[in-house]
Formats: sequence, C-alpha cells, structure tokens
Amino acid sequence: MNRSRVTNILLIAAAILLALFPLAESTFYTQLLTKVMIMAIFAMSLDLLVGYTGLVSFGHAAYFGLAGYALALMVPKYEVASLWWTLPAAMGACLLFALVTGMLVLRTRGIFFIMVTLAFAQMLFFIFHDTKFGGGSDGIYIYVKPELKVGGFEVASLERLDHFYWLVLLLMAAVFLLLRRVLGSTFGRALVGIKMNEHRMRALGFPVFRYQLASFALSGALAGMAGYLAAVQYGFVNPEILSWHQSGAVLMMVILGGMGTLYGPVIGAFAFVLLQEVMSNQSWFGASARHWQLAMGIFVILVALYLPQGLAGLLQKVGRKPEIAEAADE
Amino acid sequence: MDFAFILIQLLNGLQYGLLLFLVASGLTLIFGIMGIINLAHGSFYMVGAYLAWSLSSMTGSLTTAILLGIPLTVILGMGLERLLFRHLYQRDHLYQVLLTYGLILVFEELRSVIWGDDVHGVAVPALLGYSIPLTENLSYPVYRLAISGVCLLLAAGLYFLIQKTRLGMMIRAGASNREMVQSLGIDIKLIYTLVFALGIALAAFAGMINAPLSSVFPNMGSQVLIICFVVVVIGGIGSVKGAMAASLMIGLAETFGQVLVPEVAGMIVYVLMAIVLVWRPEGLFKRA
Repeated sequence: MNRSRVTNILLIAAAILLALFPLAESTFYTQLLTKVMIMAIFAMSLDLLVGYTGLVSFGHAAYFGLAGYALALMVPKYEVASLWWTLPAAMGACLLFALVTGMLVLRTRGIFFIMVTLAFAQMLFFIFHDTKFGGGSDGIYIYVKPELKVGGFEVASLERLDHFYWLVLLLMAAVFLLLRRVLGSTFGRALVGIKMNEHRMRALGFPVFRYQLASFALSGALAGMAGYLAAVQYGFVNPEILSWHQSGAVLMMVILGGMGTLYGPVIGAFAFVLLQEVMSNQSWFGASARHWQLAMGIFVILVALYLPQGLAGLLQKVGRKPEIAEAADE
Repeated sequence: MDFAFILIQLLNGLQYGLLLFLVASGLTLIFGIMGIINLAHGSFYMVGAYLAWSLSSMTGSLTTAILLGIPLTVILGMGLERLLFRHLYQRDHLYQVLLTYGLILVFEELRSVIWGDDVHGVAVPALLGYSIPLTENLSYPVYRLAISGVCLLLAAGLYFLIQKTRLGMMIRAGASNREMVQSLGIDIKLIYTLVFALGIALAAFAGMINAPLSSVFPNMGSQVLIICFVVVVIGGIGSVKGAMAASLMIGLAETFGQVLVPEVAGMIVYVLMAIVLVWRPEGLFKRA
C-alpha cells in the first residue's frame, strides 16, 4: 500500500468516527467538537495562504469576523432566514473584502505583509468596536438560527446540536476536498511555484499577482464560511471575533498541525482547542486555570522553537520507516 | 475655533507623535538591523507603564521609578534576546510571529498575576504639575511639554548614536552584512543584544513617561503596537528618519481627526496607510 492510500483510509476512518460521535449524546462534547471543526475550516483556509502560497497573513480573523457580522446584520431580528442565501452572501462579502484588501496588501512582501494584514484586520476591529451600527463593543445577538430547507422540506434544523454538528462536518469535508482539488490543479501547482520562487514564475509568464489575489480571495471566502458557522453556533457576534488573538490562534493551529499539508491544520485545530479546554479546566487546575493563557503562551513559544514542522511533521517522521521498507521491496 | 485651541491640538498631536516615535523607532531598529518582527513590542510598553505605576507607588516618585525601571527593562531585553530571540535570526518570519505572539500571552497573564486587572492612575511629578495659561479658560500642562522635550532629546541622541559613533557604524554595518562584520572581528552577537535591549528600553520608557497621561490598564500594549506597525509601514522598514516623519504625521492626523471628525477618527490612520501603500509600497523612506 502506498502512502497516499494509507492517508486516504485514515482520513475516511476519521470522518466516519466523527460522523458517529453525536450518537453518543454528550451535549458538551458535541458542541466542543463542532467548535473544533469550525476552527479546522478556518485553519485550512489560512493554510492555503501560509502553507501553499507563501503569504503569512496575521489578519485572517478579519474575514472570519466579517462573515459573522454579515449574518447578524443581514437577518431580520425575529425572523427566520434561509441558509441558502445568507451563507453565500456572507462568504461573498468576505470575497469582496479580500479582493479589495488583497489588491493593497499584495503590493508588499515578508514582514511588511504580516504587518499590513494585521493593520487591516485591526481597522475592521475598530470600525465594529467604535461605531454603533454593529452594536459597538457589545456586538449583536442572532436570535433565530438560519433554516435549511429543500423545496419546503426541512433537511436539518440548526437549532438541534447534532444536526448542526453534521452540517459542520459535511462542510469541513467539502472544504478539504475542494482545497485538495484546487491544490492539485495547475493553479495550485503554480501557487506552490510562486511560493518557492516568485521571480522565476513571473519569468515563465505566470500572472503571479492575479494568482496570489485569487488565492487570497478564496482563502478569505472560506474563512468567511467558518466565521458564519461560528456566529450561528454562538448566537451572537462581538468585536472579539475580529481581534488579533483570533488571527494569532488560527496561525498557531496551522503551524502546530503542520502547514503545507491540508490535514495538518485540522489536526492543529483539534489539538489547539482541546488543549485550551484542558488548560482552562477549573476542576483540574483550580484557581490557576484562570491564568491558562500563561501556559498557552509558553506552549506557543516552545512550538515555535522546537516544532517547526508541526504535528504533521512528527507523524511523517514516524511514518517514514515503512516507506523505506516499501521502496526496498519494489 | 480660535488660535489657542488649535495650538493646544497641535502640541498634543506633536507630543503623541513623538511618543509613538519612541516605541516605533525601537520596533523599526529591531526589524531593520536584526530582521526580527517583534509583536511583543507593545508588551514592553505595557511593562514600562506598570513598572512606573508600581515603583512610583512604592517610592513615591515617578522620577525614581523611571530611574529604577530603565535598568530593569534593559536587563529584561538582554535576557530575552539571549534566551529566545537569538534562535530566530535565521528562521522564517512565521516563527518570529509565533514566538512573539506567545510572548504577548505570557506577558499579559504575568501582568494579571503580578499586578492584577485594575486600571491605575499615576501622579505627575510635583515639579512638572503646573499648567501654562493660554486664555482665561484654556491652559496647557507643563508635563506634556516636558514629554515632548525628552522625546526630542532622545531622538537626537539616537540619531547621534547611529550616525556619528563607532558603535553606530558597527550597528549599520551589521544590518547590511552580518557575516562580513563578524569576520572583521566585531562581536555581532553582542551588538544584536545591545540593539534589542535598546529597542525594548525605548518602548518601556515611552510607557513610563506616558503613564500619568494615559493611566495604566490591561492590554494597553496592543493598541500602541498596531499604531506603531502603521508607523513603520508608512515610514519604511528600518528607517529611523521614516519612523519620525510617520509618527508625527499619525500623531497629528489622529489628534485633529478626533476633534474635527470624531466618528471616523479611528480609521484615519489606516486610510493613510492604504494611501501610502498604493503610492509607495515600500514606505516613504525606503532604506537604501
């Protein structure tokens, strides 16, 4: 068996296990895993930029938060809106915003790019924080969750935890497959080429700027999907979802999991959110659990110093031995 | 709007801009010379402010607090450079972002553990606690003028250090070619440690002298950090001159923005940044 088939089997097994999970009927963990999978979508969208296009964005929360706000501002206060138009509309808003900001930020590289993406995200944060139309620092409640109907028949009720869980799982799998498709295409190969050597790709005649912009916009729209789902799950939005802690956390998930692999960020999202949950657990750590960010900060520093390839890198190291044996067999 | 009012806003804007310069110059030096992106720079501003508060409430004098606080922050900077930042020079910016993001979390939580989460005020030193009357009901505090003066002095000192001294020459040489400087027998590692500590001390000092004006509160570092990023982007990376021009520009724009168009004041600096990015993607003063 070759490596990619093993990976595929593992992925399918993991998906089946995840799909069966809500049947165990643990409300708390179903909600927690839903949150994890939403973050996994968010992390995969950032990996497209960081791991494949070579653009380190430190303002990805902008698109995540914008989609949440788009949903909150679009739906009438006490009426049901359909997912069929609110989700594409929220993602479309992110796509547009990513196109506009992308035109500006893609004029810069390296450290500049990091700072400028962060600055634009902060701009959005202050717009929603300081002005009244987004509810200011209190944010907005989303009283009624969107509905999902096909021809008058309700396929899934987002008010139900298990239905929402399955929807998120389905979307996570869809995003994974979509990105894998995109990255396997000529476009995806060209992105990796640009990451490796931008000048050479330009000399070869590739429209580097347009490719990067397309990647930036797609990444923004997918981050928007995650932000939309997060807003549905929590039932409210506030400026915190746009904050740079969010951008830092998602970058952390990508690197912790292993950038440049699509399953890496998913692993990273699981590890990061679950770790956060453990460290802030009061019944285990008592009063010091209030300061869980201290432990998280030290953990982040250690990962930056000692685990540059992330958990996926570790897995690949472990998995390398059988591969060599296999090569010897052939 | 009369003359005195405009004068006050002008002085406020200049003072704010000069203070930003202290923080941003450290940031741009660390970028330009060591190639490190330091997200935790704002945390040092916060550490400075909290040191000023706790030491001045212990000793009863802000001046003593500052004199005690500066060596502490220099030691902190040198220690962190030795312990953490040294391992990042040859690494991708991504890991620098990650490590310094982790540092922010650590600093914020340590602040919460050591000093708590309350907002504190710091008293202006008695010697400077006066105001100069401008009209019958408008006056200008001497302390703000003193801050501007100190910042100008420091800026001049920084210029002299980098452009006119032997150490400054080594620093500039180290920025353009690390290996060459090292093979000429100069201890580049020591120079990096010094530059880093200098940048940290500048940020912390800014936090200390501004503590009586801004008061001391949690997360005060991140606000300053973001504005300083904008300063560095507008001024051009590694350019101290650019940092000065951009700081003054932003200080004035934000101060007058808050008076004239308060609804959109928060956005003005970002709009400025967007304009500069379109016009000159590398900043106003690109380093040669």
